[in-house]
Amino acid sequence: MLNHYPLWKYFLIALVITVGAFYALPNIYGEDPALQIAGSARGVEVNDKTLGRIAKKFESEGISYRNAKLSKTGLLFRFENEDDREKAKKIAETELGDDYAVALNRATATPQWLLDMNAEPMYLGLDLRGGIYFLMQVDMDAAVLKSVNTYVNDSRTILRKAKIRYLGSKRVDKDVVIRFKTAELREQGLEIIRRDMRDLNFNEKEDSKTFMLQGRLSDAKLKELKLFALKQNITTLRKRIDEKFHGLVEPIIQQQGEDRIVIQLPGIQDTAGAKDILGATATLEYRAVDEEHTVEQALNGRVPAGSKIYYTRERHEGSRVIPSVPVLLKKRVIVTGEHVTNAQAGIDPDTGGAKVNVSLDGYGGKRMGAFTKESVGKRMAVVYLETKQTTVLDDQGNVLKDEAGNTVFKRHMTEEVISNAVIRGHFSNRFETTGLDSVQEANELSLLLRAGALAAPVYIIEERTIGPSLGQDSIDRGFRSVIIGFICVLFFMAFWYRKFGMIANLALGLNLVIIVAILSLLQATLTLPGIAGIVLTVGMAVDANVLIFERIREELRNGNSPQNSIHSGYEKALMTIADANITTLIAAFVLFVVGTGAIKGFAVTLSIGIVTSMFTAIMVTRAVVNLIYGGKRIEDISI
Amino acid sequence: MQILTNTHIKFMSQRKVAMMVSITLIVISLASLAFRGLQLGLDFTGGTLLEVAYPTEVELAPIRGKLQSNGFEDAIVQHFGSSSEVLVRIAPREGVSNADISTQLFELLRAENSAVESRRVEFVGPQVGEELTETGGIAMLAALVCILVYVSLRFEYRFALGSVAALAHDVILVMGMFALFGIEFDLTVLAAILAVIGYSLNDTIVVFDRIRENFRKIRKGDAVAVIDTSLNQTLSRTLMTSLTTLIVLFALFVFGGELIHGFATALLAGVIVGTYSSVYVASTVLVSMGISKEDLAPVKKEGEQEEEVYEEV
Repeated sequence: MLNHYPLWKYFLIALVITVGAFYALPNIYGEDPALQIAGSARGVEVNDKTLGRIAKKFESEGISYRNAKLSKTGLLFRFENEDDREKAKKIAETELGDDYAVALNRATATPQWLLDMNAEPMYLGLDLRGGIYFLMQVDMDAAVLKSVNTYVNDSRTILRKAKIRYLGSKRVDKDVVIRFKTAELREQGLEIIRRDMRDLNFNEKEDSKTFMLQGRLSDAKLKELKLFALKQNITTLRKRIDEKFHGLVEPIIQQQGEDRIVIQLPGIQDTAGAKDILGATATLEYRAVDEEHTVEQALNGRVPAGSKIYYTRERHEGSRVIPSVPVLLKKRVIVTGEHVTNAQAGIDPDTGGAKVNVSLDGYGGKRMGAFTKESVGKRMAVVYLETKQTTVLDDQGNVLKDEAGNTVFKRHMTEEVISNAVIRGHFSNRFETTGLDSVQEANELSLLLRAGALAAPVYIIEERTIGPSLGQDSIDRGFRSVIIGFICVLFFMAFWYRKFGMIANLALGLNLVIIVAILSLLQATLTLPGIAGIVLTVGMAVDANVLIFERIREELRNGNSPQNSIHSGYEKALMTIADANITTLIAAFVLFVVGTGAIKGFAVTLSIGIVTSMFTAIMVTRAVVNLIYGGKRIEDISI
Repeated sequence: MQILTNTHIKFMSQRKVAMMVSITLIVISLASLAFRGLQLGLDFTGGTLLEVAYPTEVELAPIRGKLQSNGFEDAIVQHFGSSSEVLVRIAPREGVSNADISTQLFELLRAENSAVESRRVEFVGPQVGEELTETGGIAMLAALVCILVYVSLRFEYRFALGSVAALAHDVILVMGMFALFGIEFDLTVLAAILAVIGYSLNDTIVVFDRIRENFRKIRKGDAVAVIDTSLNQTLSRTLMTSLTTLIVLFALFVFGGELIHGFATALLAGVIVGTYSSVYVASTVLVSMGISKEDLAPVKKEGEQEEEVYEEV
């Protein structure tokens, strides 16, 4: 029998429609204005008690709210309108004081039972909901150079310990170069150094006077170093963002390529604040204080070789200003911030004073151990270095590049001494800095230590901030154009293909529902170009039906019976539709692979639209056509 | 409602005229691209862009003056969308940390009029811009190559060349139009052009599919006649689909807002050009490369199966 679908196909279609409708459902509820509350001071957390306290306060002030909830990002109060929320924010701020952070937010109004079944509304991109996007570049060269410098210092220590005489060790480009007087000394040196530096590949070289060892980081180590720099930066940035925004945002922090990091801060408008913590990058250096010479002498121009003048950080404690003073430090670095694994402020139980507990990794611990063993009673300081980086332009306004084609950067460096303390004993990877003036100082120092635990500087190379009003505009306009375009196509199809046109319209509507459902289910980011992709899909989705219907008309004109025409119309159009759609999918796929951000959003909706339209335009319309016309004698069809 | 059915237009006899038209347009496009160049947007050039809104209409002169007297002599200030919205652009510069420029700009505007609201900030570092230009080009080439391979596998190499010629034609004309009229070419326009590639190809494939089918089915007539028949058979579909797509694109163009104007423009132009090229350009290439029935004689197993389907009817 022609044009008859087996029962299971109807079941399948019914199933897809039900599931699609269910997951598309959360999108019709919209969003409520909300207040988010979290603890901002250390140790302050929100709990049921805080919730009860605020709720009571709101009630006594006569402010109605829709509901309140405790989640991992703090307390969330939802309101009927913006006015209520505005009043509530003021009340909450005065009630809770400075230990809490109160932020405006939007929360989905989707009922809980839907959310419990993982049915959430589509995830809106920053261009639709407002927020900040940063693309950060990790300065891998700096990370590599720093690591090579450490090897240079280590090589000196190793050779000295082994009592092998050498002429010098220094960094040349990205290599460690050690010079010896004779080939025999070099042979001995290589033997001992190779044992301790397995990550370096050594080459022997000589010129007229000296015998040289040239050590280069192995590819594996280089790769490891870069990966580490990237991962550590991501961790540190995440920590800094959480500290800055008290966990009130749900930041997206991702690796992009080999040396880049994408940061998205939805709902945040404070660009300057965000840049302060991201744009400047910090690192630490533990250095010995030069106690053989005085600062006064150095300030008078007699800076000893191997030492340098630094200044302490000016601090504000309440209204009191603790001024910056000069300190003379040795140039040799004991441990850098990349070896700092943790720093926590605390209270010294013996004295009741504030302190900071510092943990180092194994390598850092070893170096610290070796240093403190010989330096008990002497002083050690921590230098905090901050780097800002800009590209350099030539006269024509183009980016300046060096001969190798790499972009040239200009670095702005700030160096401050944040701690200067006496070494009380021999310690290695765990120690504490005590004798701090206040808990506040301890907090600041621990924050700086943690922030400085960066392996490589990072800097912003792209920024996009979308204000909330523009985001809302884009949503409104985007959806308006989808709806208007959609309605026009509906009328057009009904007019042109009559009953079959109506069937195609049904499929088109269903197609929209399924696209929305899939986007919601995948929680793929919907962007403005993404909406454009949906619009384009609406236009192109009818193509499959147009192909089929034109084929059916052709068959009818050729004198075939209606039933046969329907059958062969669908049959013949199928291959054409598949070919045409696969080629479009290829284009969409290429877009997805090479595109970034918003463009990816376009590629995603376009691809989803193409695939779902194949299902709705072929299978669903066929099912309806079969229901109406199938299995009976018909004289004429409305097409 | 049916029009344009049972048409017998001799498309291929018009191919010389069409070719002249296409070549003229391509020359104009290439000349515009070469001499006027694309007006590349911030995404590609790098720099800073700030979009702000005021509660009422604003004059641009005081804003310009404020920025110029504070070291932003090169600031381009213009209305955007309405006269209460303003767009400020700054080329990338040395010395200042580029990421800080947007903050400085906004502070200046707020000092000038405190009612200003920041709607959008974009800063693209020069190196990012260069990379985007590069990946954009690569994307387009990659798409063309992938399509070439796919069509070669599904059809025959001459079809692949025909479809890619049509695609190149479309891309050049749309980009030429952007250069000629000085419309800003940003990342969304690039996406639109890639979508045009997808769309135009879709159209061309439908026509080719019919040509292949007819080559195997129609016993009499030469290649030109078969191609003409195929084009006439698919004409109604080609126009219908273009029409529905144009309807929604027009909706996007009118109601979609400033941010996707360029996108909608590129697609509108692309769909029109793509429709034309799938009829005239792609098939013309086929004919001039001497395609004949023998080239598509069903020799492969796959072909035999398809043959059976057709004979069933």
